[in-house]
Amino acid sequence: MNAPAPALGCTNTPVLKERGQREVFCGLTGIIWLHRKMQDAFFLVVGSRTCAHLLQSAAGVMIFAEPRFGTAILEEKDLAGLADAQTELDREVDRLLSRRPDIRQLFLVGSCPSEVIKLDLHRAAERMSVKHAPHVRVLNYSGSGIETTFTQGEDACLASMVPTLGSTVEKELLLVGALPDVVEDQAMGLLAALGITKVRCLPARRSADAFAIGPNTVFALMQPFLGDTHAALTRRGSRHIPAPFPFGAEGTTLWLQAIATEFGVDPDLFAKVTAAPRARAEKAIAASAQTLSGKSIFFFPDSQLEIPLARFLTRECGMTAIEVGTPFLHRDLLAPELALLAHGPTISEGQDVDKQLTRARAARADLTVCGLGLANPLEAEGMATKWAIELVFTPVHFYEQAGDLAALFARPLRRRALLAPLAPQIEAAE
Amino acid sequence: MKLTLWTYEGPPHVGAMRVATGMKGLHYVLHAPQGDTYADLLFTMIERRDHRPPVTYTTFQARDLGGDTATLFKTACQDAVDRFAPEAIIVGASCTAELIQDNPAGLAGSMNLGLPVIPLDLPSYQRKEGFGTDETFLQIVRHLAQPCARTEQITANLIGPTALGFRHRDDITELTRLLSEMGIGVNVVGPMGSRPSDIARLGAAHFNVLMYPEHAESAARWLETTFKQPYTKIVPIGVGATRDFLAEVAKITGLPVKTDTTRLRLPWWTRSVDSTYLTGKRVFIFGDGTHVAAAARIAREEMGFEVAGLGCFNREMARPIRALAKEYGVEALISDDYLEVEAIITALQPEMILGTQMERHIGKRLGIPCAVISAPVHVQDFPARYSPQMGWEGANVIFDTWVHPLVMGLEEHLLHMFRDDFEFHDEAGASHHGGAHKPRDPVAEAAPAAATVAGSMPDAGASLAESLPVVQPSGEIVWLSDAEAELKKIPFFVRGKARRNTENYAQTKGVTAISVETLYEAKAHYAR
Repeated sequence: MNAPAPALGCTNTPVLKERGQREVFCGLTGIIWLHRKMQDAFFLVVGSRTCAHLLQSAAGVMIFAEPRFGTAILEEKDLAGLADAQTELDREVDRLLSRRPDIRQLFLVGSCPSEVIKLDLHRAAERMSVKHAPHVRVLNYSGSGIETTFTQGEDACLASMVPTLGSTVEKELLLVGALPDVVEDQAMGLLAALGITKVRCLPARRSADAFAIGPNTVFALMQPFLGDTHAALTRRGSRHIPAPFPFGAEGTTLWLQAIATEFGVDPDLFAKVTAAPRARAEKAIAASAQTLSGKSIFFFPDSQLEIPLARFLTRECGMTAIEVGTPFLHRDLLAPELALLAHGPTISEGQDVDKQLTRARAARADLTVCGLGLANPLEAEGMATKWAIELVFTPVHFYEQAGDLAALFARPLRRRALLAPLAPQIEAAE
Repeated sequence: MKLTLWTYEGPPHVGAMRVATGMKGLHYVLHAPQGDTYADLLFTMIERRDHRPPVTYTTFQARDLGGDTATLFKTACQDAVDRFAPEAIIVGASCTAELIQDNPAGLAGSMNLGLPVIPLDLPSYQRKEGFGTDETFLQIVRHLAQPCARTEQITANLIGPTALGFRHRDDITELTRLLSEMGIGVNVVGPMGSRPSDIARLGAAHFNVLMYPEHAESAARWLETTFKQPYTKIVPIGVGATRDFLAEVAKITGLPVKTDTTRLRLPWWTRSVDSTYLTGKRVFIFGDGTHVAAAARIAREEMGFEVAGLGCFNREMARPIRALAKEYGVEALISDDYLEVEAIITALQPEMILGTQMERHIGKRLGIPCAVISAPVHVQDFPARYSPQMGWEGANVIFDTWVHPLVMGLEEHLLHMFRDDFEFHDEAGASHHGGAHKPRDPVAEAAPAAATVAGSMPDAGASLAESLPVVQPSGEIVWLSDAEAELKKIPFFVRGKARRNTENYAQTKGVTAISVETLYEAKAHYAR
């Protein structure tokens, strides 16, 4: 069975809170995966050229298709008078919807400039919903950098969908978090094998798959950054099933276990259903753990996945965490994780990037997890890095991906070993 | 408000970053919210830089807005100066900070930082990245350049190259070599590679080589007025342009043209008989104004292509590009809306696109080969090998780059001869490109052809799916089924042209139903 929880976890570890320059994405970035997940949704950012440029850069420069996201770029004349901006937005949305009849859900996404000029996107969404009903539903949320950090954009998006869900008294399980369909299907398969079949997912893949929630809905989070969505669901009377997050063999087992307990699943059935995939996961992890075991790791804050990942890497791959940075620490949601993470690493929240770089250089961890803006500069200083964004863009949840997750961390180390003979001659580009 | 899906240019502060990141010893303090740091990865990932861009972001948040964002800016400024010890700083605001009107210039100016503080005024809601580079470099030059005596040897400044530029790194090397062959030294290269202390001695050069008007024309004009330094107007991309550039340099300096063309291969490569197939290829050219103008000349005079259309995304170059288009007898497209560019390419059906990474994607979608000639850049535009655009080696590189996406000469002949061969179908593509070869099932292919009665009108009903033309007929003109079948036999890479020519021919002749006869009459009409 599972390894015991450490005698002293990180539950009461004081948190190093920092404020300063942050080397992180804003919440708009979530659109990159959300628009792929919700296949009939369009995300319209109301913002500046910077927003459009960010999305394009984060999307890997260009995707070979007309994307289901775009930016309504505010211009000088929009800033002069706000009534005008609402009319302009109506016009752009009308044009967009007439060109893209396949769109059934439209998200108006607030940005830094639209928040600063207090452009009321909620009112705009209500107005447009009436106008385009029943074909298109229009919602709004903010992905602005002044309010959201990276994955908080997904949280804001999902939270905006909660009030639109119908009401029911059925006992149903709701899985929350936008995961790739293949991973979501695996989770559904495991739950079905446990006899839990009334399962819904937020977000649904298509708006037609809409469902209802209520006081008998219980929900499990698949991502650790869904604090606002958790609050919105709780306000609707639904109840959260606290658990570690489904990363690694242990995390997946404990996550499933919490749900199984809630639904009164027979322990023998649970053992039978999870035994084979769990053994597969452990075997796959072991392959990478050989590389990772005994190595140290330092996390810069990025996606809020850092604490669960540190738990996975220390408990299942034999690594030592030096610092675990997170942009925001949601203590309630992460309580089961903090209890499992052995006391030792610095837990930091927020960022002052230059100070943190000083700590990272002093620590010289065997592996440093950081954003794309820092990775090459640190590599040039001789430190092995792992791009944090890949952890969000790659299927890493549940048993069948546990080996892939470990491999993501092992690969930079294996690569360095392979390239070692060339290392002295490496010259970075001007 | 304007809906944008993909953009050719970033905001103007990204232009300022390109200048700052190209330089050394300069730091940019940018009043900006969390998230604007995404721009760092353009430099560290696309260009593979081994240092963080020298930019400090104030990272204000919503809760700061009611409070004192001005103090936040001043703290960030002081920290940056203490930590990075730059020779000078540039200060400015990104789009959001522009709205909160903290006046970074005034704040930094009042701080007695003990170094030059160069304020930038980059209107985010009006201008774009190109303006940002040009204006930033102008302000740096205005603030730092000092009057100084000319160097004893004749020297030039190379101005315009920035970080994230299209082959700027290698263009500098090639130009330095060209000038050195004439006995001309390089005084300062900037912004790329220079320090503020180098900018101070720009005035020591005898003239300026304006490499990229997009990024340094304002600075070149200011230096001309202030230090009486003439600057070159010709951008040496292509054989003819390089010759003209050398003549221009000779005129400015009074030195004779001396150059070693033994390394220049384009003229022979393009005259050798295997290049015959390039004759009259219809190309559409799009990018920044400078690269488009250079590419148009190369296309027509050095490759023997026909320029079917051209345009640029940067409005600053609209006037020269319109004049150029007139000279080429085409309409210029000045637009930063990529859907508009796609529509024009679809209508023109060129045989090749010379464009940016955006047009490369358009070309992929339309099945038209594309070579990249201009920014916006992609990680592919930073090759490990020496790969300039300027000078003699640049011409060689351009020949290779432009020919690569095309179906090669002999292969083209074989495709014509054996066009019914089941391997030579639309999806097979060129043999030298990546991707799995997908032979077509000859049996399945034969069936729909047999089902269509020769000469019949296209059926609106059941057989529509089978008789659907390869390309939708435009306007009132209808393709008869046998003509349509014949059109399908034409190799895919010239089919678009054949369709377009035939329809144009039919239109001028008042023919509304295209038969096989019409197809071949049109072919004869357009024969060249």
